[in-house]
Amino acid sequence: MPEKLFKVNAEEYILPGNRACSGCGLSIAYRYVLKALRENTILTLPASCLTVLHGLYPITSVGIPCLNCTFASTAASASGLVAGLAAMNRSDITVVAIAGDGGTFDIGIQALSGAAERGTDFIFVCYDNEGYMNTGTQRSSATPMGALTTTTPILTKQQHKKDMMKIMEGHDIPYLATCSPSFPIDLYDKFVKAKRIKGTRYVQIATPCPPGWVFPPKDTVKIGRLAVETGIVVLYEIENGKFRFTGRSKTISEKGTRAPVIHYVERQGRFKKMSMEQLGQLQRWVDGKWNEYLRRAEA
Amino acid sequence: MEIKDDNISAMCRPAVGEAGKTGDWRDATPVIDHAKCIASVKNRPACYLCWLYCPEGIVKAGIPIEINLTYCKGCGICAEECPARAITMVMHEEAKK
Repeated sequence: MPEKLFKVNAEEYILPGNRACSGCGLSIAYRYVLKALRENTILTLPASCLTVLHGLYPITSVGIPCLNCTFASTAASASGLVAGLAAMNRSDITVVAIAGDGGTFDIGIQALSGAAERGTDFIFVCYDNEGYMNTGTQRSSATPMGALTTTTPILTKQQHKKDMMKIMEGHDIPYLATCSPSFPIDLYDKFVKAKRIKGTRYVQIATPCPPGWVFPPKDTVKIGRLAVETGIVVLYEIENGKFRFTGRSKTISEKGTRAPVIHYVERQGRFKKMSMEQLGQLQRWVDGKWNEYLRRAEA
Repeated sequence: MEIKDDNISAMCRPAVGEAGKTGDWRDATPVIDHAKCIASVKNRPACYLCWLYCPEGIVKAGIPIEINLTYCKGCGICAEECPARAITMVMHEEAKK
């Protein structure tokens, strides 16, 4: 482990004393995203938890240039930045758009689909905390079945999570990946790789959220790890259509040691009203997805 | 001398402690037992999982390991992930005794 750690860029781009919650999963992931992207990067962000982390005018807590845009136009503003840089003949700068799951799955999807169809040369990062956590835990299309949110307070969410990776894969883009802040080296390697590739690249990070998912802040890394071990989150990358498991998911697929989803569900307060029937449905949904990934990895 | 910027957009400048001294948020303080810490025991760079998982990036990965308590929000991830159980979270009332 240490040998791998020393390859990581030692520079910290997130300055201490920022506005992120204590034990924020996004904060861990974002640290490694910026370490991997380094300088010569322009970020563009819509309204999200990340805007809160970036701070209030006239001070910011992140040492990388960033543009704040409206909720629906993340990918459109990135297209504008790419066109502006091309007009100024600057080819050494990476444009990165980072949005939450609301800004990707729901509100930002049409701008993102447009940019991916045009093949705009940028990285789109979706940090998926499974709800509108910045505004107080409202339901989004990324919320898993059985979760309590402030807009599904009695019956819990009845629908499964939207498979955004499949939608993005439909655009035939050169690079797609999923990662988790509980495996920072895997996340770092994927971003280093994404930076080298040209064209639209899409990376989805599953970030545990202590206040929204209702678990103590000290368990952030543990919950993220359990999500991977139970198959709720699967770590993989699709490079030019070639599917490949990475990191812990690769080990699980080889050894067949995937844990049941109850280990993940029982540790979070948001699943306290989940019925046994819903738990069974979630388990079957995860099993179905996992078998599909296994088939793709073998092909 | 401050350089005058022709750009009249609302632009932020990076600074440490944007939300104030976030050490105030903490109710439990991480205390490192250097007799158990792997990096200190082996006396060479090793482990550093606390540095890897710290959301704030305030753990200094040296020998010995140092935590910047001015900005530590006290989440306890370092104590939870430490393989040698060298970090313990001490509540404020107990720390005063």
